[in-house]
Amino acid sequence: MGWYIGRRLLQMVPVFFGATLLIYALVFLLPGDPILALFGDKPVSESARAALTAQYNLDRPFIVQYLLFLKGIFTLDFGQSFSGQPVLDQILRAFPVTIKLAVVALVVEAVFGIAFGFIAGLRRGGIFDSTVLFLSLVVIGIPVFVLGFVGQYFVGVKWGIVRSTVGGDPALVDLLLPGIVLGALSFAYVLRLTRNSVAEGLSADHVRTATAKGLSRPRVMTVHVLRNSLIPVVTFLGADLGALMGGAVVTEGIFNVPGVGNLLYQSVIRQEGPTVVSVVTILVIIYLVANLVVDLLYAVLDPRIRYV
Amino acid sequence: MSEPTTGRPAPGAAVRPGQERFVAPLEETPLAAVDAVDDSAPTGGVFSEAWKQLRKRPIFIVASLIILLLVVVSLFPSLFTSTNPRFVDLSTALDGPSAEHPLGVTRGGTDVYARLIYGARASVSVGILTTVMVVVVGGVVGALAGFYGGWLDAVLSRVADVFFALPLILGAIVLLQTVRTRNVWTVALTLALFGWPQVARIMRGAVLQVRTNEYVTAAKSLGLSRMATLVRHVVPNALGPVIVVATISLGTFIAAEATLSFLSLGLPPNIVSWGGDISNARATLRTNPMVLLWPSIGLSVTVLSFLMLGDALRDALDPKGRTR
Repeated sequence: MGWYIGRRLLQMVPVFFGATLLIYALVFLLPGDPILALFGDKPVSESARAALTAQYNLDRPFIVQYLLFLKGIFTLDFGQSFSGQPVLDQILRAFPVTIKLAVVALVVEAVFGIAFGFIAGLRRGGIFDSTVLFLSLVVIGIPVFVLGFVGQYFVGVKWGIVRSTVGGDPALVDLLLPGIVLGALSFAYVLRLTRNSVAEGLSADHVRTATAKGLSRPRVMTVHVLRNSLIPVVTFLGADLGALMGGAVVTEGIFNVPGVGNLLYQSVIRQEGPTVVSVVTILVIIYLVANLVVDLLYAVLDPRIRYV
Repeated sequence: MSEPTTGRPAPGAAVRPGQERFVAPLEETPLAAVDAVDDSAPTGGVFSEAWKQLRKRPIFIVASLIILLLVVVSLFPSLFTSTNPRFVDLSTALDGPSAEHPLGVTRGGTDVYARLIYGARASVSVGILTTVMVVVVGGVVGALAGFYGGWLDAVLSRVADVFFALPLILGAIVLLQTVRTRNVWTVALTLALFGWPQVARIMRGAVLQVRTNEYVTAAKSLGLSRMATLVRHVVPNALGPVIVVATISLGTFIAAEATLSFLSLGLPPNIVSWGGDISNARATLRTNPMVLLWPSIGLSVTVLSFLMLGDALRDALDPKGRTR
């Protein structure tokens, strides 16, 4: 196990450097003058330009800029955005909101996805199963911003059940609708995964043994079928937590949630390079760690898998 | 004793002394039926088997018909409407459905139905372009990595990991912000840049499985070069899962293009697209929701039909991923 973790960590190193270099190049190497963008229509004075160029190392060679940025990341010094805000402050304000939102989405998709998937898997080929399977395909097919608007229009505007936009420092209740919209896609995947896994588990040898030795059907279904079927589902949910954090750009925009997605989108539009590279770097780290945890979780949940 | 005592002698057959059984004459054996098999008939390969299975599935037929309709609509939009989707008449802005405007008028004074019809072209062309690029790049990278292995595999897989670590929409937003000329080609290229690793992974996995088959060893022992073996024997047999994932990806790329246009980072306003129309209709969501719903329905039905097609193809082509 120790060796496996070591090897996986080593594999993560080139991916981390590659992904951060890629995003850094996309932001800073492509044409466009951030200082000019900062001043808008007004002319830029020479001294202001010189000061800003020095502050953001824009006169150094690209690779030196990148290395200085990495040094900042490792010492938790993210620098300042072009508008003068410390990037760390922006991040510390946005991440708690997005984590809350992602947890709401995760709970929604786990509870409903597993419940529906379990029932559908037990009655494979039945009316419930076919209906739920088709509906899950529909949910996957509807782009998230369409779902967001429809939800916002009916639940927020027409029926007035919840507030249609969220705004600053949201409570968990306010995040319920955005959370459902954000988790809808993964809900459909969790449902299908659970259904297939349960359907497969029903014909497993240990389930037949459990039935043969006289255990009650509810006990066989919950302890022997469901628990073993959840292994791929749990690992999917783990990887999804990382994906949800980055995938919230659209949902947060629609519901005006002041989270990471919103911060990132605003920073891209305003060409705030320092903020963009810092936030994306954190998202890449979350993605890499989530994938590592999922692989290790597999070994913990399924005793047949042993990494050497 | 020269004559056998039991059975009939085969005509003209030399019968050895003491022989009691003999081979039945050719016309009486079922061997003739075997010989009668038409050698020139096409062999029942994976794809013809899949086709036989697919023909019977309603989900496949429905999805194919919708996609066919979409292709016709995007090629010849003028067959379906004679209204110019860019024609503006502000005096009718936000009017409800009428004889002249069957689905009403947008806030900008354009015909909703005409824009619904003309918007299909942007979605379908970005989807197809991106998928073609992704399949070519991802397919080549995945096939080389899986077939040759070793350091080539290590390098190519890490490069794919790098692009995979950046989510599709996120990477596309950052890149497209810096792109000056945004059109169908640049949007498709951007989506392909962040979309190819998935196909590469699937292709690599499929090639790894096919590589160990006997016919690959046979091709090798008959002296076929490595490259020719890969192209002629390995890739055709590894295509099944790639076709499935490509079909599903086509749907997700269309959704991604609409998302980007919605964020005003995709296609520019002069190209009619569902994503852009949905974005424009946001302002009147509370008063005229139908203006927003029509392009949304068009988009959802398009994405859904590609997903349904992919689902049906998976059952037919990819025995491992079968939903049963």
